[in-house]
Amino acid sequence: MQDYQSSLGNAESRKFETFSYLPTMNADQIREQVQYIIDKGWNPSVEHTEPQHAAGSYWYMWKLPMFGETEVDAILQEIENCHTAHPGNHVRLLGLDNFAQCAGTSMVIYRGKTV
Amino acid sequence: MAKVYDAGVKDYRETYWMPDYTPKETDILACFKITPQDGVPREEVAAAVAAESSTGTWTTVWTDLLTDLDHYKGRCYAIEDVPGDDTCFYGFVAYPIDLFEEGSVVNVMTSLVGNVFGFKALRALRLEDIRFPIAYVMTCNGPPQGIQLERDILNKYGRPLLGCTIKPKLGLSAKNYGRACYEGLRGGLDFTKDDENVNSQPFMRWRARFDFVQEAIQKAEAETGERKGHYLNVTAPTSDEMMKRAEYAKEIGSPIIMHDYITGGWAANTQLAQWCQDNGMLLHIHRAMHAVLDRNPHHGIHFRVLTKILRLSGGDHLHSGTVVGKLEGDRDATLGWIDIMRDSYIKEDRSRGIFFDQDWGSMPGVIPVASGGIHVWHMPALVNIFGDDSVLQFGGGTLGHPWGNAAGAAANRVAVEACVEARNTGRELEKEGKDILTTAAKHSPELAIAMETWKEIKFEFDTVDKIDAAHK
Repeated sequence: MQDYQSSLGNAESRKFETFSYLPTMNADQIREQVQYIIDKGWNPSVEHTEPQHAAGSYWYMWKLPMFGETEVDAILQEIENCHTAHPGNHVRLLGLDNFAQCAGTSMVIYRGKTV
Repeated sequence: MAKVYDAGVKDYRETYWMPDYTPKETDILACFKITPQDGVPREEVAAAVAAESSTGTWTTVWTDLLTDLDHYKGRCYAIEDVPGDDTCFYGFVAYPIDLFEEGSVVNVMTSLVGNVFGFKALRALRLEDIRFPIAYVMTCNGPPQGIQLERDILNKYGRPLLGCTIKPKLGLSAKNYGRACYEGLRGGLDFTKDDENVNSQPFMRWRARFDFVQEAIQKAEAETGERKGHYLNVTAPTSDEMMKRAEYAKEIGSPIIMHDYITGGWAANTQLAQWCQDNGMLLHIHRAMHAVLDRNPHHGIHFRVLTKILRLSGGDHLHSGTVVGKLEGDRDATLGWIDIMRDSYIKEDRSRGIFFDQDWGSMPGVIPVASGGIHVWHMPALVNIFGDDSVLQFGGGTLGHPWGNAAGAAANRVAVEACVEARNTGRELEKEGKDILTTAAKHSPELAIAMETWKEIKFEFDTVDKIDAAHK
Protein backbone atom coordinates (compact mmCIF):
# COMPACT_ATOMS: atom_id res chain seq x y z
CA MET A 1 0.00 0.00 0.00
CA GLN A 2 1.36 3.40 -0.99
CA ASP A 3 0.15 6.88 -0.07
CA TYR A 4 -0.89 9.03 -3.03
CA GLN A 5 1.48 11.99 -3.00
CA SER A 6 -0.45 15.12 -3.88
CA SER A 7 -1.37 18.25 -1.97
CA LEU A 8 -2.29 21.90 -2.22
CA GLY A 9 0.95 22.82 -0.47
CA ASN A 10 3.24 20.99 -2.88
CA ALA A 11 3.55 22.72 -6.26
CA GLU A 12 4.82 19.45 -7.76
CA SER A 13 1.23 18.22 -7.57
CA ARG A 14 0.15 20.61 -10.37
CA LYS A 15 -0.49 18.87 -13.66
CA PHE A 16 -0.51 20.12 -17.24
CA GLU A 17 -3.19 18.14 -19.05
CA THR A 18 -2.22 15.76 -21.88
CA PHE A 19 1.02 13.82 -21.27
CA SER A 20 1.63 15.43 -17.88
CA TYR A 21 1.17 12.08 -16.11
CA LEU A 22 4.01 10.56 -18.14
CA PRO A 23 7.72 11.08 -17.52
CA THR A 24 9.13 14.19 -19.22
CA MET A 25 9.64 13.41 -22.90
CA ASN A 26 13.11 13.38 -24.40
CA ALA A 27 13.96 15.23 -27.62
CA ASP A 28 13.18 12.27 -29.87
CA GLN A 29 9.80 11.70 -28.24
CA ILE A 30 8.88 15.38 -28.66
CA ARG A 31 9.88 15.21 -32.33
CA GLU A 32 7.45 12.32 -32.85
CA GLN A 33 4.57 14.24 -31.29
CA VAL A 34 5.37 17.30 -33.44
CA GLN A 35 5.38 15.06 -36.49
CA TYR A 36 1.93 13.77 -35.46
CA ILE A 37 0.56 17.34 -35.51
CA ILE A 38 2.00 17.82 -39.00
CA ASP A 39 0.64 14.50 -40.23
CA LYS A 40 -2.84 15.39 -39.00
CA GLY A 41 -2.72 18.58 -41.09
CA TRP A 42 -3.07 20.78 -38.03
CA ASN A 43 -1.47 24.22 -37.66
CA PRO A 44 1.25 24.30 -34.99
CA SER A 45 0.95 27.14 -32.49
CA VAL A 46 3.32 28.03 -29.64
CA GLU A 47 1.92 29.70 -26.50
CA HIS A 48 3.41 30.66 -23.15
CA THR A 49 2.34 32.05 -19.77
CA GLU A 50 3.58 33.06 -16.37
CA PRO A 51 3.02 30.01 -14.12
CA GLN A 52 0.67 31.90 -11.79
CA HIS A 53 -1.70 32.60 -14.71
CA ALA A 54 -1.71 29.12 -16.22
CA ALA A 55 -5.34 28.39 -15.32
CA GLY A 56 -6.94 30.72 -17.87
CA SER A 57 -8.02 29.82 -21.40
CA TYR A 58 -5.66 32.31 -23.01
CA TRP A 59 -1.91 32.08 -22.83
CA TYR A 60 0.25 34.50 -24.82
CA MET A 61 0.73 33.51 -28.45
CA TRP A 62 4.37 33.31 -29.46
CA LYS A 63 4.01 35.02 -32.85
CA LEU A 64 1.13 33.82 -35.03
CA PRO A 65 0.25 30.13 -35.43
CA MET A 66 2.63 28.50 -37.93
CA PHE A 67 0.06 28.03 -40.70
CA GLY A 68 1.08 25.38 -43.17
CA GLU A 69 4.43 24.64 -41.47
CA THR A 70 5.52 21.04 -42.12
CA GLU A 71 9.15 21.06 -40.94
CA VAL A 72 9.61 19.56 -37.49
CA ASP A 73 12.87 21.49 -36.98
CA ALA A 74 11.24 24.83 -37.77
CA ILE A 75 8.56 24.15 -35.15
CA LEU A 76 11.06 22.99 -32.54
CA GLN A 77 13.13 26.12 -33.22
CA GLU A 78 10.17 28.40 -32.44
CA ILE A 79 9.52 26.51 -29.21
CA GLU A 80 13.19 27.13 -28.31
CA ASN A 81 12.96 30.79 -29.28
CA CYS A 82 9.90 31.24 -27.07
CA HIS A 83 11.59 29.49 -24.16
CA THR A 84 14.77 31.58 -24.54
CA ALA A 85 12.76 34.78 -24.54
CA HIS A 86 10.62 33.69 -21.55
CA PRO A 87 12.73 31.23 -19.56
CA GLY A 88 10.49 31.36 -16.47
CA ASN A 89 7.26 30.64 -18.33
CA HIS A 90 5.35 27.50 -19.24
CA VAL A 91 5.52 26.87 -23.00
CA ARG A 92 2.99 24.71 -24.84
CA LEU A 93 2.56 23.49 -28.39
CA LEU A 94 -0.92 23.20 -29.85
CA GLY A 95 -2.12 21.67 -33.11
CA LEU A 96 -4.99 23.84 -34.32
CA ASP A 97 -7.64 22.02 -36.35
CA ASN A 98 -9.35 24.66 -38.46
CA PHE A 99 -12.10 22.27 -39.57
CA ALA A 100 -13.12 21.37 -36.02
CA GLN A 101 -12.41 24.99 -35.01
CA CYS A 102 -10.71 23.63 -31.94
CA ALA A 103 -7.24 22.53 -30.89
CA GLY A 104 -6.67 18.92 -31.96
CA THR A 105 -4.02 18.51 -29.31
CA SER A 106 -1.95 20.47 -26.82
CA MET A 107 1.14 19.60 -24.79
CA VAL A 108 3.29 21.58 -22.38
CA ILE A 109 6.95 21.36 -23.48
CA TYR A 110 8.68 23.63 -20.95
CA ARG A 111 7.52 24.15 -17.40
CA GLY A 112 8.38 27.26 -15.44
CA LYS A 113 8.43 27.11 -11.66
CA THR A 114 4.94 25.92 -10.78
CA VAL A 115 2.92 27.64 -8.08
CA MET B 1 -62.29 13.79 -60.13
CA ALA B 2 -63.34 13.78 -56.47
CA LYS B 3 -63.27 10.49 -54.59
CA VAL B 4 -66.43 8.77 -53.46
CA TYR B 5 -67.02 7.49 -49.92
CA ASP B 6 -67.15 3.71 -49.81
CA ALA B 7 -67.58 2.41 -46.26
CA GLY B 8 -65.98 -0.88 -45.24
CA VAL B 9 -62.59 -2.49 -44.83
CA LYS B 10 -59.99 -2.23 -47.59
CA ASP B 11 -56.66 -4.00 -47.75
CA TYR B 12 -53.99 -1.67 -46.40
CA ARG B 13 -51.85 -2.34 -49.46
CA GLU B 14 -54.37 -0.65 -51.76
CA THR B 15 -53.56 2.66 -50.13
CA TYR B 16 -50.21 2.31 -48.34
CA TRP B 17 -48.03 0.00 -50.50
CA MET B 18 -46.37 2.17 -53.16
CA PRO B 19 -43.34 0.36 -54.62
CA ASP B 20 -42.96 3.02 -57.34
CA TYR B 21 -42.72 5.89 -54.87
CA THR B 22 -39.43 7.82 -54.82
CA PRO B 23 -38.82 9.25 -51.34
CA LYS B 24 -38.51 13.03 -51.16
CA GLU B 25 -35.52 14.81 -49.65
CA THR B 26 -37.81 16.09 -46.92
CA ASP B 27 -39.45 12.75 -46.03
CA ILE B 28 -38.70 11.08 -42.74
CA LEU B 29 -37.69 7.52 -43.68
CA ALA B 30 -37.88 4.49 -41.44
CA CYS B 31 -36.66 0.93 -41.76
CA PHE B 32 -38.67 -1.63 -39.81
CA LYS B 33 -37.78 -5.26 -39.31
CA ILE B 34 -41.19 -6.90 -39.61
CA THR B 35 -42.07 -10.39 -38.36
CA PRO B 36 -45.61 -11.13 -39.62
CA GLN B 37 -48.05 -13.65 -38.28
CA ASP B 38 -48.21 -16.81 -40.38
CA GLY B 39 -50.05 -16.45 -43.65
CA VAL B 40 -50.11 -12.63 -43.86
CA PRO B 41 -48.57 -11.42 -47.16
CA ARG B 42 -45.49 -9.19 -46.85
CA GLU B 43 -46.94 -6.28 -48.83
CA GLU B 44 -50.11 -6.25 -46.73
CA VAL B 45 -48.37 -6.28 -43.36
CA ALA B 46 -45.76 -3.74 -44.47
CA ALA B 47 -48.50 -1.45 -45.72
CA ALA B 48 -50.29 -1.92 -42.40
CA VAL B 49 -47.16 -0.78 -40.57
CA ALA B 50 -47.03 2.35 -42.74
CA ALA B 51 -50.73 3.01 -42.20
CA GLU B 52 -50.90 2.39 -38.47
CA SER B 53 -47.82 4.55 -37.85
CA SER B 54 -49.26 7.46 -39.85
CA THR B 55 -52.76 8.31 -41.02
CA GLY B 56 -54.53 4.99 -41.25
CA THR B 57 -56.94 2.98 -39.18
CA TRP B 58 -58.57 -0.41 -39.70
CA THR B 59 -61.57 0.80 -41.67
CA THR B 60 -62.41 3.49 -44.18
CA VAL B 61 -63.79 6.66 -42.52
CA TRP B 62 -65.71 9.44 -44.27
CA THR B 63 -63.44 12.11 -42.79
CA ASP B 64 -60.58 10.76 -44.93
CA LEU B 65 -62.30 12.59 -47.76
CA LEU B 66 -62.11 15.98 -46.00
CA THR B 67 -58.34 16.00 -46.43
CA ASP B 68 -55.72 15.18 -49.02
CA LEU B 69 -54.72 11.81 -47.69
CA ASP B 70 -52.19 11.33 -50.47
CA HIS B 71 -50.28 14.30 -49.06
CA TYR B 72 -50.23 13.10 -45.45
CA LYS B 73 -50.10 9.32 -45.56
CA GLY B 74 -47.01 7.30 -44.73
CA ARG B 75 -46.22 4.82 -47.46
CA CYS B 76 -44.21 1.64 -47.66
CA TYR B 77 -41.97 1.98 -50.72
CA ALA B 78 -39.67 -1.06 -50.45
CA ILE B 79 -39.38 -4.53 -48.97
CA GLU B 80 -36.14 -6.49 -48.58
CA ASP B 81 -35.10 -9.84 -47.21
CA VAL B 82 -33.26 -9.89 -43.89
CA PRO B 83 -29.92 -11.65 -44.51
CA GLY B 84 -29.83 -14.98 -42.71
CA ASP B 85 -33.36 -14.82 -41.27
CA ASP B 86 -36.48 -16.04 -43.12
CA THR B 87 -38.91 -15.22 -40.31
CA CYS B 88 -38.84 -11.49 -41.00
CA PHE B 89 -38.17 -8.84 -43.65
CA TYR B 90 -37.30 -5.15 -43.84
CA GLY B 91 -40.04 -2.70 -44.72
CA PHE B 92 -39.06 0.85 -45.70
CA VAL B 93 -41.60 3.57 -44.98
CA ALA B 94 -41.58 7.23 -46.05
CA TYR B 95 -43.46 9.80 -43.95
CA PRO B 96 -44.17 13.32 -45.23
CA ILE B 97 -42.50 15.90 -42.96
CA ASP B 98 -45.86 17.64 -42.49
CA LEU B 99 -47.01 14.76 -40.29
CA PHE B 100 -44.79 15.91 -37.45
CA GLU B 101 -44.51 18.85 -35.08
CA GLU B 102 -41.23 20.72 -35.53
CA GLY B 103 -38.51 20.05 -32.96
CA SER B 104 -40.39 17.19 -31.30
CA VAL B 105 -38.82 13.76 -31.09
CA VAL B 106 -41.75 13.01 -28.80
CA ASN B 107 -44.18 13.53 -31.66
CA VAL B 108 -42.13 11.62 -34.24
CA MET B 109 -41.72 8.61 -32.00
CA THR B 110 -45.33 8.62 -30.83
CA SER B 111 -46.24 8.01 -34.48
CA LEU B 112 -43.45 5.67 -35.54
CA VAL B 113 -43.39 3.39 -32.49
CA GLY B 114 -46.92 4.03 -31.25
CA ASN B 115 -49.96 1.77 -31.66
CA VAL B 116 -48.33 -0.05 -34.55
CA PHE B 117 -46.12 -2.08 -32.20
CA GLY B 118 -49.16 -3.78 -30.71
CA PHE B 119 -50.76 -4.55 -34.06
CA LYS B 120 -52.13 -8.11 -34.04
CA ALA B 121 -51.06 -9.04 -37.59
CA LEU B 122 -47.46 -8.67 -36.41
CA ARG B 123 -45.62 -11.24 -34.40
CA ALA B 124 -42.86 -8.73 -33.74
CA LEU B 125 -41.66 -5.37 -35.01
CA ARG B 126 -38.36 -3.54 -34.70
CA LEU B 127 -37.51 -0.01 -35.74
CA GLU B 128 -34.01 -0.44 -37.17
CA ASP B 129 -33.20 3.08 -38.36
CA ILE B 130 -34.69 6.48 -39.14
CA ARG B 131 -33.45 9.02 -41.69
CA PHE B 132 -34.21 12.47 -40.34
CA PRO B 133 -34.10 14.94 -43.25
CA ILE B 134 -31.96 18.03 -42.70
CA ALA B 135 -35.17 20.06 -42.89
CA TYR B 136 -36.35 18.34 -39.70
CA VAL B 137 -32.92 18.32 -38.02
CA MET B 138 -32.86 22.11 -38.35
CA THR B 139 -36.00 22.38 -36.21
CA CYS B 140 -34.35 20.64 -33.26
CA ASN B 141 -32.10 22.27 -30.69
CA GLY B 142 -29.60 19.43 -30.38
CA PRO B 143 -26.63 19.10 -28.03
CA PRO B 144 -26.31 22.08 -25.67
CA GLN B 145 -22.60 22.73 -26.22
CA GLY B 146 -21.09 20.09 -28.50
CA ILE B 147 -17.74 18.37 -28.55
CA GLN B 148 -15.44 21.26 -29.48
CA LEU B 149 -16.97 23.70 -27.03
CA GLU B 150 -16.75 21.12 -24.24
CA ARG B 151 -13.03 20.74 -24.94
CA ASP B 152 -12.55 24.50 -24.83
CA ILE B 153 -14.59 24.86 -21.64
CA LEU B 154 -12.61 22.11 -19.92
CA ASN B 155 -9.20 22.70 -21.57
CA LYS B 156 -8.85 19.04 -22.64
CA TYR B 157 -7.18 18.40 -25.99
CA GLY B 158 -5.71 15.47 -27.87
CA ARG B 159 -6.89 12.61 -25.70
CA PRO B 160 -10.04 10.83 -24.49
CA LEU B 161 -11.55 12.21 -21.29
CA LEU B 162 -11.53 10.05 -18.19
CA GLY B 163 -14.42 9.45 -15.84
CA CYS B 164 -15.49 7.28 -12.93
CA THR B 165 -18.92 6.31 -11.70
CA ILE B 166 -19.00 6.41 -7.92
CA LYS B 167 -19.71 3.06 -6.26
CA PRO B 168 -21.50 1.63 -4.39
CA LYS B 169 -24.14 3.20 -6.56
CA LEU B 170 -26.59 3.48 -3.69
CA GLY B 171 -26.26 3.95 0.05
CA LEU B 172 -23.38 6.37 0.62
CA SER B 173 -23.88 9.52 2.69
CA ALA B 174 -23.28 12.84 0.95
CA LYS B 175 -19.99 13.49 2.71
CA ASN B 176 -18.60 10.02 2.07
CA TYR B 177 -19.74 10.26 -1.54
CA GLY B 178 -17.93 13.59 -1.97
CA ARG B 179 -14.80 11.94 -0.55
CA ALA B 180 -14.92 9.27 -3.23
CA CYS B 181 -15.26 11.98 -5.89
CA TYR B 182 -12.39 14.02 -4.49
CA GLU B 183 -10.05 11.03 -4.41
CA GLY B 184 -10.76 10.16 -8.02
CA LEU B 185 -10.43 13.71 -9.27
CA ARG B 186 -7.16 14.46 -7.47
CA GLY B 187 -5.73 11.25 -8.94
CA GLY B 188 -6.16 12.54 -12.48
CA LEU B 189 -9.75 12.01 -13.62
CA ASP B 190 -11.57 14.70 -15.57
CA PHE B 191 -14.99 13.66 -14.30
CA THR B 192 -16.72 11.69 -11.64
CA LYS B 193 -20.32 10.62 -12.11
CA ASP B 194 -23.55 10.00 -10.29
CA ASP B 195 -24.94 6.61 -11.13
CA GLU B 196 -28.19 6.58 -13.06
CA ASN B 197 -30.34 5.73 -10.06
CA VAL B 198 -28.79 8.30 -7.75
CA ASN B 199 -31.52 10.95 -7.57
CA SER B 200 -32.52 12.16 -4.11
CA GLN B 201 -33.04 9.21 -1.82
CA PRO B 202 -33.32 9.33 1.98
CA PHE B 203 -29.69 8.21 2.45
CA MET B 204 -28.43 11.15 0.35
CA ARG B 205 -30.67 14.04 -0.64
CA TRP B 206 -29.68 15.85 -3.81
CA ARG B 207 -28.76 19.15 -2.29
CA ALA B 208 -26.32 17.75 0.24
CA ARG B 209 -24.72 15.69 -2.51
CA PHE B 210 -24.34 18.71 -4.79
CA ASP B 211 -22.68 20.77 -2.03
CA PHE B 212 -20.15 18.14 -0.95
CA VAL B 213 -19.31 17.13 -4.51
CA GLN B 214 -18.73 20.74 -5.54
CA GLU B 215 -16.28 21.18 -2.66
CA ALA B 216 -14.51 18.03 -3.87
CA ILE B 217 -14.22 19.42 -7.42
CA GLN B 218 -12.88 22.76 -6.26
CA LYS B 219 -10.22 21.25 -4.05
CA ALA B 220 -9.10 18.78 -6.72
CA GLU B 221 -8.89 21.60 -9.28
CA ALA B 222 -6.73 23.71 -6.96
CA GLU B 223 -4.53 20.73 -6.17
CA THR B 224 -3.95 19.54 -9.74
CA GLY B 225 -4.29 22.80 -11.66
CA GLU B 226 -6.67 21.03 -14.09
CA ARG B 227 -10.37 21.66 -14.77
CA LYS B 228 -12.75 19.00 -13.49
CA GLY B 229 -16.41 18.17 -13.15
CA HIS B 230 -18.95 15.78 -11.69
CA TYR B 231 -22.13 14.79 -13.53
CA LEU B 232 -24.75 15.90 -11.02
CA ASN B 233 -27.80 13.78 -11.83
CA VAL B 234 -30.82 16.08 -11.91
CA THR B 235 -33.26 13.33 -12.96
CA ALA B 236 -36.33 13.87 -10.77
CA PRO B 237 -39.95 12.81 -10.32
CA THR B 238 -41.23 15.95 -12.09
CA SER B 239 -39.63 18.28 -14.60
CA ASP B 240 -40.18 21.22 -12.25
CA GLU B 241 -38.09 19.43 -9.65
CA MET B 242 -35.49 18.56 -12.32
CA MET B 243 -35.16 22.22 -13.27
CA LYS B 244 -34.83 23.24 -9.62
CA ARG B 245 -31.86 20.89 -9.21
CA ALA B 246 -30.32 22.08 -12.47
CA GLU B 247 -30.55 25.70 -11.37
CA TYR B 248 -28.84 24.89 -8.10
CA ALA B 249 -26.03 23.02 -9.87
CA LYS B 250 -25.40 26.11 -11.95
CA GLU B 251 -25.56 28.37 -8.90
CA ILE B 252 -22.76 26.52 -7.11
CA GLY B 253 -20.54 26.49 -10.20
CA SER B 254 -20.84 22.93 -11.49
CA PRO B 255 -19.89 22.77 -15.18
CA ILE B 256 -21.99 19.71 -15.98
CA ILE B 257 -25.24 18.01 -15.02
CA MET B 258 -26.77 14.70 -15.96
CA HIS B 259 -30.09 13.22 -17.05
CA ASP B 260 -31.54 9.73 -17.64
CA TYR B 261 -33.16 10.53 -20.97
CA ILE B 262 -35.29 7.40 -21.39
CA THR B 263 -36.70 6.93 -17.89
CA GLY B 264 -36.84 10.70 -17.37
CA GLY B 265 -38.63 11.17 -20.65
CA TRP B 266 -37.83 12.90 -23.90
CA ALA B 267 -39.94 16.00 -23.25
CA ALA B 268 -38.09 16.62 -19.99
CA ASN B 269 -34.78 15.93 -21.72
CA THR B 270 -35.42 18.38 -24.53
CA GLN B 271 -36.43 21.02 -21.99
CA LEU B 272 -33.30 20.42 -19.94
CA ALA B 273 -31.02 20.48 -22.99
CA GLN B 274 -32.43 23.82 -24.11
CA TRP B 275 -31.90 25.20 -20.61
CA CYS B 276 -28.31 23.91 -20.60
CA GLN B 277 -27.61 25.71 -23.85
CA ASP B 278 -29.07 28.92 -22.48
CA ASN B 279 -27.09 28.59 -19.25
CA GLY B 280 -23.69 27.38 -20.43
CA MET B 281 -24.00 23.95 -18.82
CA LEU B 282 -22.76 20.65 -20.22
CA LEU B 283 -25.26 17.76 -20.23
CA HIS B 284 -24.30 14.13 -19.65
CA ILE B 285 -26.90 11.58 -20.72
CA HIS B 286 -27.37 8.11 -19.28
CA ARG B 287 -29.42 5.54 -21.20
CA ALA B 288 -30.95 3.41 -18.41
CA MET B 289 -33.79 1.23 -19.81
CA HIS B 290 -32.36 1.24 -23.34
CA ALA B 291 -31.74 -2.52 -23.31
CA VAL B 292 -35.44 -3.13 -22.70
CA LEU B 293 -36.06 -1.46 -26.04
CA ASP B 294 -33.02 -2.34 -28.10
CA ARG B 295 -31.63 -5.76 -27.18
CA ASN B 296 -34.15 -8.10 -28.82
CA PRO B 297 -33.13 -8.52 -32.48
CA HIS B 298 -36.78 -8.88 -33.60
CA HIS B 299 -38.71 -6.42 -31.48
CA GLY B 300 -38.25 -2.92 -30.17
CA ILE B 301 -36.15 0.08 -31.19
CA HIS B 302 -32.54 -0.24 -32.26
CA PHE B 303 -30.03 1.79 -30.25
CA ARG B 304 -28.93 3.68 -33.37
CA VAL B 305 -32.44 5.16 -33.41
CA LEU B 306 -32.26 6.03 -29.71
CA THR B 307 -28.91 7.69 -30.48
CA LYS B 308 -30.49 9.89 -33.15
CA ILE B 309 -33.35 10.74 -30.78
CA LEU B 310 -30.87 11.92 -28.18
CA ARG B 311 -28.79 13.98 -30.62
CA LEU B 312 -31.97 15.79 -31.70
CA SER B 313 -33.38 16.13 -28.17
CA GLY B 314 -30.02 17.29 -26.82
CA GLY B 315 -27.11 15.98 -24.78
CA ASP B 316 -23.34 16.42 -24.83
CA HIS B 317 -22.42 12.89 -23.67
CA LEU B 318 -24.24 9.62 -24.31
CA HIS B 319 -23.39 6.13 -23.11
CA SER B 320 -22.51 4.01 -26.12
CA GLY B 321 -21.35 0.67 -24.76
CA THR B 322 -17.71 -0.32 -24.64
CA VAL B 323 -17.45 -3.30 -27.03
CA VAL B 324 -14.91 -4.79 -24.61
CA GLY B 325 -16.50 -4.48 -21.15
CA LYS B 326 -19.27 -6.25 -19.23
CA LEU B 327 -22.25 -4.93 -21.24
CA GLU B 328 -23.68 -6.04 -24.59
CA GLY B 329 -22.50 -4.34 -27.80
CA ASP B 330 -21.52 -5.69 -31.23
CA ARG B 331 -18.31 -3.99 -32.43
CA ASP B 332 -19.39 -2.99 -35.94
CA ALA B 333 -22.81 -1.83 -34.81
CA THR B 334 -21.22 0.18 -31.99
CA LEU B 335 -18.84 1.86 -34.43
CA GLY B 336 -21.92 2.74 -36.48
CA TRP B 337 -23.77 4.52 -33.70
CA ILE B 338 -20.60 6.24 -32.46
CA ASP B 339 -20.39 7.84 -35.91
CA ILE B 340 -24.07 8.77 -35.65
CA MET B 341 -23.26 10.58 -32.40
CA ARG B 342 -20.19 12.49 -33.57
CA ASP B 343 -20.07 12.99 -37.35
CA SER B 344 -21.87 15.59 -39.44
CA TYR B 345 -22.67 13.21 -42.32
CA ILE B 346 -22.96 9.43 -42.08
CA LYS B 347 -23.26 7.29 -45.21
CA GLU B 348 -25.48 4.23 -45.47
CA ASP B 349 -23.41 1.21 -44.45
CA ARG B 350 -25.23 -2.08 -43.99
CA SER B 351 -22.09 -3.74 -42.57
CA ARG B 352 -22.56 -1.46 -39.56
CA GLY B 353 -26.35 -1.58 -39.59
CA ILE B 354 -26.79 1.92 -41.02
CA PHE B 355 -29.72 1.88 -43.46
CA PHE B 356 -29.78 5.53 -44.56
CA ASP B 357 -27.48 8.45 -45.25
CA GLN B 358 -27.90 10.88 -42.35
CA ASP B 359 -27.06 14.57 -42.69
CA TRP B 360 -26.80 16.48 -39.40
CA GLY B 361 -25.78 19.76 -41.03
CA SER B 362 -24.10 21.96 -38.45
CA MET B 363 -25.79 20.34 -35.45
CA PRO B 364 -23.04 19.71 -32.82
CA GLY B 365 -21.95 16.17 -32.03
CA VAL B 366 -22.34 14.07 -28.90
CA ILE B 367 -19.37 12.50 -27.10
CA PRO B 368 -19.76 8.72 -26.72
CA VAL B 369 -19.20 7.43 -23.19
CA ALA B 370 -17.66 3.98 -22.78
CA SER B 371 -18.68 2.69 -19.37
CA GLY B 372 -19.30 -0.70 -17.81
CA GLY B 373 -16.81 -3.29 -16.64
CA ILE B 374 -13.67 -1.77 -18.12
CA HIS B 375 -10.20 -1.53 -16.55
CA VAL B 376 -6.65 -0.57 -17.52
CA TRP B 377 -6.07 -3.65 -19.64
CA HIS B 378 -8.88 -2.49 -21.93
CA MET B 379 -7.29 0.93 -22.43
CA PRO B 380 -5.38 0.21 -25.67
CA ALA B 381 -8.51 -1.21 -27.34
CA LEU B 382 -10.70 1.60 -26.02
CA VAL B 383 -8.38 4.34 -27.32
CA ASN B 384 -8.24 2.55 -30.68
CA ILE B 385 -12.01 2.03 -30.95
CA PHE B 386 -13.21 5.35 -29.59
CA GLY B 387 -10.43 7.81 -30.47
CA ASP B 388 -9.98 11.13 -28.72
CA ASP B 389 -13.57 12.38 -28.77
CA SER B 390 -14.83 10.05 -26.06
CA VAL B 391 -15.20 9.66 -22.33
CA LEU B 392 -13.71 6.44 -20.96
CA GLN B 393 -15.35 5.69 -17.67
CA PHE B 394 -13.91 3.31 -15.12
CA GLY B 395 -16.06 2.75 -12.03
CA GLY B 396 -14.87 -0.46 -10.44
CA GLY B 397 -11.70 0.01 -12.49
CA THR B 398 -10.91 3.14 -10.43
CA LEU B 399 -12.49 2.48 -7.04
CA GLY B 400 -11.37 -1.12 -6.94
CA HIS B 401 -7.67 -0.27 -6.98
CA PRO B 402 -5.90 -1.84 -3.98
CA TRP B 403 -4.56 1.54 -2.87
CA GLY B 404 -7.80 3.47 -3.30
CA ASN B 405 -9.28 5.61 -6.00
CA ALA B 406 -6.65 8.37 -6.22
CA ALA B 407 -4.20 5.64 -7.17
CA GLY B 408 -6.81 3.98 -9.39
CA ALA B 409 -7.42 7.25 -11.18
CA ALA B 410 -3.70 7.87 -11.66
CA ALA B 411 -3.27 4.37 -13.10
CA ASN B 412 -5.97 5.04 -15.70
CA ARG B 413 -4.60 8.49 -16.51
CA VAL B 414 -1.08 7.15 -17.04
CA ALA B 415 -2.48 4.34 -19.17
CA VAL B 416 -4.58 6.58 -21.41
CA GLU B 417 -1.73 9.03 -21.94
CA ALA B 418 0.70 6.22 -22.72
CA CYS B 419 -1.73 4.83 -25.29
CA VAL B 420 -2.26 8.23 -26.91
CA GLU B 421 1.46 8.88 -27.06
CA ALA B 422 2.07 5.47 -28.66
CA ARG B 423 -0.80 5.88 -31.12
CA ASN B 424 0.54 9.28 -32.20
CA THR B 425 3.87 7.69 -33.08
CA GLY B 426 2.12 5.15 -35.29
CA ARG B 427 2.08 2.11 -33.02
CA GLU B 428 -0.81 -0.37 -33.25
CA LEU B 429 -2.52 -0.22 -29.89
CA GLU B 430 -4.44 -3.48 -29.96
CA LYS B 431 -1.36 -5.48 -31.01
CA GLU B 432 1.20 -3.75 -28.82
CA GLY B 433 -1.03 -2.84 -25.90
CA LYS B 434 0.65 -5.07 -23.37
CA ASP B 435 4.09 -3.71 -24.19
CA ILE B 436 2.88 -0.09 -24.10
CA LEU B 437 1.25 -0.51 -20.69
CA THR B 438 4.13 -2.50 -19.25
CA THR B 439 6.59 0.21 -20.26
CA ALA B 440 4.38 2.94 -18.79
CA ALA B 441 4.02 1.00 -15.54
CA LYS B 442 7.77 1.19 -14.93
CA HIS B 443 7.25 4.84 -14.02
CA SER B 444 3.89 4.37 -12.30
CA PRO B 445 3.55 2.00 -9.35
CA GLU B 446 -0.19 2.79 -9.40
CA LEU B 447 -0.49 1.41 -12.93
CA ALA B 448 1.71 -1.59 -12.16
CA ILE B 449 -0.51 -2.72 -9.28
CA ALA B 450 -3.69 -2.07 -11.29
CA MET B 451 -2.39 -4.29 -14.08
CA GLU B 452 -1.60 -7.00 -11.57
CA THR B 453 -5.06 -6.75 -9.96
CA TRP B 454 -7.16 -7.03 -13.12
CA LYS B 455 -5.01 -9.18 -15.39
CA GLU B 456 -7.41 -12.14 -15.38
CA ILE B 457 -10.74 -10.34 -15.77
CA LYS B 458 -12.47 -10.84 -19.10
CA PHE B 459 -16.08 -10.59 -20.27
CA GLU B 460 -16.18 -12.98 -23.19
CA PHE B 461 -19.82 -13.72 -23.91
CA ASP B 462 -21.38 -13.81 -27.35
CA THR B 463 -23.39 -10.76 -28.39
CA VAL B 464 -27.17 -11.32 -28.46
CA ASP B 465 -28.00 -8.57 -30.95
CA LYS B 466 -25.72 -8.83 -33.98
CA ILE B 467 -25.71 -7.17 -37.37
CA ASP B 468 -28.02 -9.16 -39.68
CA ALA B 469 -25.75 -11.28 -41.89
CA ALA B 470 -26.26 -14.26 -44.16
CA HIS B 471 -23.77 -16.51 -42.35
CA LYS B 472 -25.81 -16.82 -39.16
